Parts: sequence; structure tokens; C-alpha cells
Amino acid sequence: MQKLLLLGDEAIAQGAIDAGLSGVYAYPGTPSTEITEYIQDSKIANERRIHSKWSSNEKTAMESALGMAYAGKRAMTCMKHVGLNVAADAFINAAITGVNGGFVVVAADDPSMHSSQNEQDSRVYGKFAMIPILEPVNQQEAYDMTYAAFEMSERFNVPVMIRITTRLAHSRAGVVRKELLAEKEVSLPKDPTQFVLLPSIARRNYKKLIETRPDLEKISMESPYNTYTDAPDRSLGIIACGIAHNYLMENFQDRELNHPVLKLSQYPMPRKDIERMVEECDKILVLEDGYPVIEELLKGYQEAGTPVTGRLDGTLPRDGELTPNIVANSLGFPFEEGADVPDLMVGRPPAMCKGCGHIDAYQALNIALEEHGPGRVFADIGCYTLGALPPYNAVNSCVDMGASITMAKGAADAGLLPAVAVIGDSTFTHSGMTGLLDAVNEKTPITVILSDNYTTGMTGGQDSQALGHLEQIIEGLGVEPEHIRVFKPTAANLDDMVNIIKEEFAYEGVSVIIPRRQCIQTLRNKSLVMKVKELGL
Amino acid sequence: MKSDIILAGVGGQGILSIAATIGMAAVDKDLNLKQAEVHGMSQRGGDVQSHLRVSSKPIASDLIPKGKADIILSVEPMESLRYLPYLSKTGWVVTNTTPFVNIPNYPEMDTVMAKIAEQPNHIAIDADKIAAEVATKRSSNIVMLGAASQFIDIEFEALEEGLRKIFERKGDAIVESNINALRAGRAAAEEILASRN
Ligand SMILES: Cc1ncc(C[n+]2csc(CCOP(=O)(O)OP(=O)(O)O)c2C)c(N)n1
Ligand code: SF4
Repeated sequence: MQKLLLLGDEAIAQGAIDAGLSGVYAYPGTPSTEITEYIQDSKIANERRIHSKWSSNEKTAMESALGMAYAGKRAMTCMKHVGLNVAADAFINAAITGVNGGFVVVAADDPSMHSSQNEQDSRVYGKFAMIPILEPVNQQEAYDMTYAAFEMSERFNVPVMIRITTRLAHSRAGVVRKELLAEKEVSLPKDPTQFVLLPSIARRNYKKLIETRPDLEKISMESPYNTYTDAPDRSLGIIACGIAHNYLMENFQDRELNHPVLKLSQYPMPRKDIERMVEECDKILVLEDGYPVIEELLKGYQEAGTPVTGRLDGTLPRDGELTPNIVANSLGFPFEEGADVPDLMVGRPPAMCKGCGHIDAYQALNIALEEHGPGRVFADIGCYTLGALPPYNAVNSCVDMGASITMAKGAADAGLLPAVAVIGDSTFTHSGMTGLLDAVNEKTPITVILSDNYTTGMTGGQDSQALGHLEQIIEGLGVEPEHIRVFKPTAANLDDMVNIIKEEFAYEGVSVIIPRRQCIQTLRNKSLVMKVKELGL
Repeated sequence: MKSDIILAGVGGQGILSIAATIGMAAVDKDLNLKQAEVHGMSQRGGDVQSHLRVSSKPIASDLIPKGKADIILSVEPMESLRYLPYLSKTGWVVTNTTPFVNIPNYPEMDTVMAKIAEQPNHIAIDADKIAAEVATKRSSNIVMLGAASQFIDIEFEALEEGLRKIFERKGDAIVESNINALRAGRAAAEEILASRN
């Protein structure tokens, strides 16, 4: 069969489609976005009417996917690592309910924080939920593992996690497909109480989950993705998790690999392989593209036994993604770098596009705030976060999606007035709405700048759930119509904008100001342009 | 064969089309390929790079190790210098000379060009100008691919074929325009090399 040239993300998507997927549920987030986008564009997926519309946030996505799995069909949910925090309640409990149709959770981690606020390692979550985790080393494995994951989920009655990191998500390589499977029919769980997590049932389910543990360890031992390669020089044994295995092998292109290596791509850990390495090797080096999860587990708190090295003892850097050179260092291999980066080089940080409406909104906000002083703008996550950088220096926080409104509320409660929140339309429907309700219920004096560009800009212009009914939602939450102020952010409107913002600063209750102009990167998106016209926006 | 190429530029400058073209050619020739791209935040006008590895043997790492790249192919002059630590001692810097200035502290052009000229193996051409002459300005990335093509271990015809496949959905005119850009870039680089000999 012809090889397809696919990103790691796309390989996961194709693997899911070919495994008979009936629905993907997701909220965009780098580096996971392309999984769902691939399914949205896939011909087979469209013919089969596989669900692929964006969800409002990762929690709604996770729950919808679980509902589809309840109904007997194969479902997948995809998110960036921090999205799993949002969906964590549903995620952990889905391990207790178990599944009916296969249920796959893809978590895409971002070590080195290329596009994220932290570099948390989703394997910790997988372990927490006590479910199998698959960590592919390359695009073909990403495809194959996803293809097999649904069956594994059904067989062991647990969700299965696929964990990737940025490099695999956004790297392309050839992938060979397998046979396209039929979708599952709708069916009810055999036990009608399975999904009812009343304490009595939950206790029973949890015991069952614990009981699957030995089976999961057994399939990890038998897994084709976990391989133990013995070698004569047992002064050092190497455990390479997921993509770290590539960096290890890169260092042995022109050298002989004399050390035993455990390639680890399926968890829970294959106990016998680990025991063997502990027994046979004098020292163990653990390579992980993420937190030192396995290293810590092996090391424990007692410094007795086989020494374990890795990120915790400085053999590898404690943070950041791995690279072939970092791994070379940990093995004591010298390498010759090219010329130094010349001194004239300057950084080129990301910035808002020229002509972006957020810029005009910030210009007005900065002027309106002059008389009050700095330090009172709580922003959120989106392109407008870049307003934290010069020349705008307009915002003082960016923590997690939705935190703008709630942090402004807390600051206002503390007496920091005016307190301003800056949030985008997509982030608002993701997790800003509930915080706004809190503020409305207490009539907290906050001014929310809801910068509406009809899209989810930062991640590449995906649909925004707010499109066409933003004011309705805000009014529905109880904000008084006269304090919902909409305008078009342009240089020509600067004075009007400043005046409106100042007026709302003076109001001792909740105001929502909506600067509204289409994201210029989406102007070529015909269906969005049409929709905006239809809605008369 | 093996070609390890760092593609460099600024978010939005089209380095992914270069990568896709080489990738298409590599797959057609049954070569192994790994291509690490940058998506996400940096695409908003930040510096972006792609590690593109093509080989007749299996490829281990998605990232090129430092000191191992055969080519830095840059669509922007300053960006061609950002990844020098990755370039092998015998590698080539092939860069566009038209700057993309979206920062207030962009260094003096003369010093940037002088630094490029200092590199033992380099080719610098004004791809924007050539693209505007033979195709459209937007094809400057493909001009740069043409300029670098003689250092990539893939036949030129295979790259042309790759371009055809990538752009075929956009119609014959666009395909031809891009092929012109590719050829013009190749010719410009050959001319520079010939003039040095
Ligand atoms: C929990 C979580 N999910 C997803 C993301 C990824 N993400 C960052 S910004 C953003 C889009 C924000 O869209 P919007 O608020 O409309 O602002 P815009 O970028 O359009 O200005 C997304 C999805 C994230 N950082 N955290
Ligand atoms: S992508 Fe859209 S929202 Fe983001 S900075 Fe550019 S114009 Fe603004």
C-alpha cells in the first residue's frame, strides 16, 4: 500500500478512522489540534458522518466521547496536556465507569512549552486513572497503536490513553495503513448500572479496575512496542520512553550499541523487563521526554539498589524537551557543533498580526487606564495574551483558560478597582461563562473586555462556539443589557472606545465590553465570512 | 543517500510548502523521511524552523543533531544565521536576501549580509525579486528551494514532480508559475557558483 506522509497527529487520526471510529470530540490546543482537523477534512470520515465538530471545552469533549462509548460506538477525545486538567474529573471517573464501545483519550504534551503555560506530563494522569498508556516513538506506531487501542479499551473495559509530545505530533513521516474496519452498532452496556457511580457501584467498579492491573501489566510484557534488547556491556542499562528512543538510536548511527536497552512505549511498566534490568545492570539511565516519571518510580526514596540516573541527578536537564544532543551528553559522547550563533542575532518573539482588532482594543484600554495606574488587567489565553509584551504591556496575568474573569473578581473583592478582565470569544465559552455568573450573582464591579474575533485565533482559526449568540449568552447569565457594550475596534474609533471603557469603569457592577472585528487571518475562510454576513455581524 | 536540511524563516513565510515538496519527492523515490515542523504560537510572526531529514536508510531522530545539517535553507537572511550550530563543517547556507522586518531591533542589513558572506559555503540570492520576475512574489519560497536543490540528494525532476502534486489542486497556472520559480532559483544559484569558479 502507498505510504501516506503524515504528522504524528494525523497518523493518530487516520488510525482512529481506520479502526472504525464514530466520533472525535475535542477542543483545539497545540500540539493536538491537527488530529481533529484531519478527521474534519477526511473523505472517509465525512462519508461515514463521523462526528468531528469542535466542543466547547475539553470537559464537554471528554464527556461527549464517553457518552458515545456508552452507546457502544468507538469514540476518541483529543487535547493538549493542560486540557486534560479541565477534563480531569470526567477522565478519572471514566476509568471507574469503564466503557462499552472503545474509548481513546489522546493527550499531547508540550515539553519546553513551545506553545503552553507548563510542561506537565500526562503519563502521571494516566497512572492516576490506572489505565493503559501508549506512547508511540514514531508516526507508524502512532497509527498502529491508535488502531489497536480501541480493541484494547473494549477488551479490558477501560479508557486507553495515547500520550505524545510536540515533536511527534508535529513531525511528518511515511505511514502504511491497515484495513478499514466497520463502525460499531449502537448497543447498551450489558450491566445497566455500570455507568452509575453511586458509592456502592463505584466501589464495585473500582475493585474491578484494580483487578485488571495484573492483566494490563501482562499485556505490557507481551506488547510489541516494549522491547528489551540485551547487549554485553551491562555496566549501564538504558530505558528509553516513547520518542526518547529515537534520540538514543540517533547516537548509535555510527557506533555500536553495547548496552541493554528497554524501549518503553506501553504502560503500566512491563514489570519483568524492569526487574531484569535492575538485576542485570550496574546502573540504569532513564530517558523520558517529559517529567522523570519512570525515573522517580525506579529510584524511590531509598538510595539503595541499582543506581538510577536521568533528570533527577543532573545527567539530563531537569526540564525541557530532549534532543539528540542532550542524550549524547548523558552518554558522555562528544559532538562537534557548527559555528556559534552570531552576536548580531536578535529574538523574534511571536506577535499579534498587523491590523488585528485586539491591538486597537488594547490601545483604548491602555488610555482609559492611565488615570488608574497599572497592574489591574487580568488576561486570558489567546492571541490577546501577546498584549503582555511590548509595545503594549497591557496585561498582568495569563494563568489558565477562563481565569481572567474570576481573577478580576477576586481582585475586585479585595478592593483593587477598577478590575479588568480581557478574554476572547472562544475562551469565554470554554470556561469564562461560569465565572461571569459568579460575578453577576454578587454584582462584583468588574469590567470584562470580551474581544470577539469570531474564531479561535491562536490555534489557527477554528470555529468559535459563541458565534452568533454571544450577547444572548451574556444577557442570559444576567448582565444588564445597558452594560453590554459592542463596538468595532479600529483606529478611527479610538476616542469612542476610550469613552465607553471609562463609562463602564464607573459602573459598580458587571460590565461586558465587546470589541468586535473578524480575525484577519480568517478573512479567506469563505464559510466563516458567509456566516458572519448571514448573522448580520 | 542522506540529506539533513534545516528550513528557516518567519511564521507565515511558507517554509512548510518547501518541506511538503521535498517530502512528496522523497516519498515518490521511496526514500525515508522525517520532517519536524513548528506549529502553534511561533507561527504568529515568530521565528520558525523545520528539520527535514531524507535518507535511503531508516531515520532515528525527528530532530537533526547539532553539527550534522547538510543545508540551512532560509527564506530570510537573519534567520539563516540562527541555526548555524546545526550546520556541519561542510554544510551550505542557502538564503534569501530580502529581510522580513517585523521587529524594531532588526540588525543592520550590511552586518547580516557580511556574516552570511563569512560562512565557508553560502549562496545568497534575492528570491523575492526573482519570484516577482518569473512567477509571483509569493513563490519566493519555491525560488529558494530551487536555489538549494543542487545540494539536496534528490533529482531536480523529482522536485518538479513534487511541486506538481502539491499544487495540482490549484490549477495549471499555479503549477507552472511555481515550476518557473523553482527553475529560476536553481539557475540563479548555479550562476553564482559558476562565477566563483
Ligand atoms: C485548557 C486549554 N485548552 C486549550 C488551550 C489552547 N488555546 C490557547 S489560546 C486558544 C484560543 C483562544 O481563542 P480566543 O479566546 O477566541 O482568542 P483568540 O486567539 O481568537 O484571540 C486555545 C484554544 C489552552 N491553552 N488551554
Ligand atoms: S491570528 Fe487573528 S486574532 Fe490572532 S493576532 Fe492574528 S489577527 Fe489577531
